Amino acid sequence: MSGITAYGAYIPRGRLNKQAIAEANSWFDASLKSLSKGERAICNWDEDVITMAVEAGNNCLVSKSDVSLHSLYLASTTFPFLDRQNSVVVSEALNLDNQIRTMDIGASQRAGTSALISLLESDCEGSAMLVASEHRRSKAGSRAEMQWGDAAAAVLVGSENVIAECIGIETIAVDFVDHYRGEDASFDYDWEERWIRDEGFMKSVPTVVDKLLEAASLNAEDIQHFVIPTDQARNPGAIAKKLGIKAEAVVDNQIAQVGVAGVAQPILLLAKALENAAPGDHILLTGFGQGCDAVLLKATDAVSTYKPAVGVSAAIDSRREETNYNKFLSFNNLVERDIGKRGEADKQTYLSGYNRRKDLLTGFVGGKCRECGTVQIPREKYCVNPDCNALDSQDAYAFSDKQGTVATWTADRLTFDWSPPAYFGMVQFDGGGKIMMDFTEVEEGTIDSGSKVSVHFRIRQFDPARGFRKYFWKAVIEQ
Amino acid sequence: MASGIKDKVVILGMGCSKFGERWDSSPSDLMVEAFEECIGDAGIEREQIEAAWFGAGIDAFNVGSSAMPLAIALRLNYIPVTKVENMCATGTEAFRGAVYAVASGACDIALALGVEKLKDTGYGGLPQRTRGLENDMYWPNLSAPGAFAQLASGYRAKHKLNQDDLKRAMAHVSVKSHANGTKNPKAHLQREITEDQAVNAPYIAEPIGLYDCCGVSDGSACAIVTTPEIAKSLGKENLISVKALQLAVSNGTESSHDSWDGSYLKTTRIASQRAYDEAGIRKPTEEITMTEVHDCFSITELVTMEDLQLAEEGKGVNAVLDGNFDSDGKTPCQIDGGLKCFGHPIGASGLRMIYENYLQLNGRAEARQLDNPKMGLNHNLGGFPHQNICSISILGPYN
Repeated sequence: MSGITAYGAYIPRGRLNKQAIAEANSWFDASLKSLSKGERAICNWDEDVITMAVEAGNNCLVSKSDVSLHSLYLASTTFPFLDRQNSVVVSEALNLDNQIRTMDIGASQRAGTSALISLLESDCEGSAMLVASEHRRSKAGSRAEMQWGDAAAAVLVGSENVIAECIGIETIAVDFVDHYRGEDASFDYDWEERWIRDEGFMKSVPTVVDKLLEAASLNAEDIQHFVIPTDQARNPGAIAKKLGIKAEAVVDNQIAQVGVAGVAQPILLLAKALENAAPGDHILLTGFGQGCDAVLLKATDAVSTYKPAVGVSAAIDSRREETNYNKFLSFNNLVERDIGKRGEADKQTYLSGYNRRKDLLTGFVGGKCRECGTVQIPREKYCVNPDCNALDSQDAYAFSDKQGTVATWTADRLTFDWSPPAYFGMVQFDGGGKIMMDFTEVEEGTIDSGSKVSVHFRIRQFDPARGFRKYFWKAVIEQ
Repeated sequence: MASGIKDKVVILGMGCSKFGERWDSSPSDLMVEAFEECIGDAGIEREQIEAAWFGAGIDAFNVGSSAMPLAIALRLNYIPVTKVENMCATGTEAFRGAVYAVASGACDIALALGVEKLKDTGYGGLPQRTRGLENDMYWPNLSAPGAFAQLASGYRAKHKLNQDDLKRAMAHVSVKSHANGTKNPKAHLQREITEDQAVNAPYIAEPIGLYDCCGVSDGSACAIVTTPEIAKSLGKENLISVKALQLAVSNGTESSHDSWDGSYLKTTRIASQRAYDEAGIRKPTEEITMTEVHDCFSITELVTMEDLQLAEEGKGVNAVLDGNFDSDGKTPCQIDGGLKCFGHPIGASGLRMIYENYLQLNGRAEARQLDNPKMGLNHNLGGFPHQNICSISILGPYN
């Protein structure tokens, strides 16, 4: 059976101090104070499931050279598009071959584990990628707001250079409605936590885990890493105890660092387990939601030499504290903010024009002139080198993996931006090529001409009138 | 080889509306105000105008995209009228059309008029507008100050300048123009400011502060041009002729080729050199006696002085602080107050610059009249530092 060959994580840099949430809301729910320890990951205004998936996918892929993917599955319950395959956008932003099989998988908190099982059980040659990504939606002042977080994680599934071999899979499907979100709803509606624990987790999880361990001829104490995603802090310990799994095997749900990241949570915690696993360790991955998935993995010798480009601990460390709860509300459309008349400008995307420029807009692909070697972006008909100007002479040249230097910049306080000031400027790329582009994640005082940047796929603009959003690449200052 | 435009066309008359927040005035009102002064100055009848060029920059907030608003506003007699638009260099484009028409012999007398109504947007600053369907998909949402702040950062990096020193020189640019504006009844802003006020004003787009920005106003300006022979036959004396009229348009090199570092305006260097060659000017610092440049932002003016060869490259800060471009300096700049005090009604600005040079060369600039100006240069810039349109025109006494 195949297994995991690589992993990568992405957690938004923004970390909202939970005390800020509690201070704003404890006037009507004093119990929130008891949940206010630590911080949670929050998407910047220009991040969503797709952009986080691109980050996680890239963080996974760059640790694995020359990999050819036959499939890319994207799991989430908060896809920005209900009918436009989100995984294809991710695939194109990663500049993957278009012969790839793509699929969006959602509608359950175990979408991530179910997608993983599907890939593990497929017998395709080569590698497949699963990305699980979630931009959580919760009501202002809810307990969910305190306990959830936004994140994405990606794994590669294959049969070569496996770092964790799959040695068993079990699933039980039960329409246990602990929560749900109807087609017109923005938020979940849920039931009492104690009932969910006793009638849900405590019944479904042991059913599949016992069966799985028996089939693998393993005992519960043989499990070194037990992933059980839940936003109920005491759940994992109680379930582990019931199963006979050692308490220290429970992989922490990171409620006080990241928050529980929905469909991304099991994959993120799997990546975390792999980061800490020793050869021979057994990892029991579960996903709960209308039943339960369970996957048993055994770390190989390769796990100790594999180095993720960005694993979970590195993703957690890449952070920027946010103490402004109103900003979080604004980024998540939980308040109606005055955006000014400049914000009213129509944002329609002309889809035929967009389609013509898709290599630039999604792949950040420019050109390299065959005649003179000049690299350039955007790629136009004539080469930009004044001494060349050759016609149709450019091969595709991706800038998405290039680093660059800030040539010019400003912090624009006049133009509309969801998080003013708007930082943008001219980026000169290492190896040639330049473009005027937006910057994101800029902290005041950290940018100047000469600053080093990498580029990242982000939301450029929302068109609320038509429910569309545009993406493009933005520069981020390297710390 | 082309012989150039020098001394082939003279200005028969010019007019300029009061610039400002003209809440009660429509574009037509502004056009008529400028035209009435112009045709009175020219001393001709409307029926003698054979062709017209109409400059208006922002269709959505102005008059729409055809030439008809000019023909209708002025009740022109079914003559050919052409609408031109080249971003903030639009005013000079209208002038170029009229001058070239006369120079070609296609008509004897032509009109150029520019107008812009910017104060109908409901907010401050230039209107938010499209940069074209494709550009809008990936260009930053840059405001005009955001665009030209790039020039400040590029210039500062290239010449390794301290931000405070650059801000001080930028402030001097604005202080000088505000002082000049107090002497001009047609200027929108007519009050002095101090360097400290300018340096300490809030940022609009770092390092551009409030006083580094030109105003935003409504206004119109126009010119009637003809041949020297016709002007003389109409009894005109002391003719002011066009010595040079050049335009350089970015071809994407600055924005996409590594050869440009963001510290200067390539088009200004190219267009001004061509203009000097056309006018037969060898030493700009000696022969150009006044300039009206596109001071949309103080940094633009400072860098433009270098690009026009009126300051040494990298020494613009010193040249500005030494007062070279003050009203009593070696080469006074924006003696009318510039865009800084007139504001920048897009379609009108280029013609407003030419109007000031025309008045000065005629000795008709009243309280702000310079002593014996000989050759005036207008620099009208549209777009952004990395992609722009630069017009240079030079006026002087017809020989």
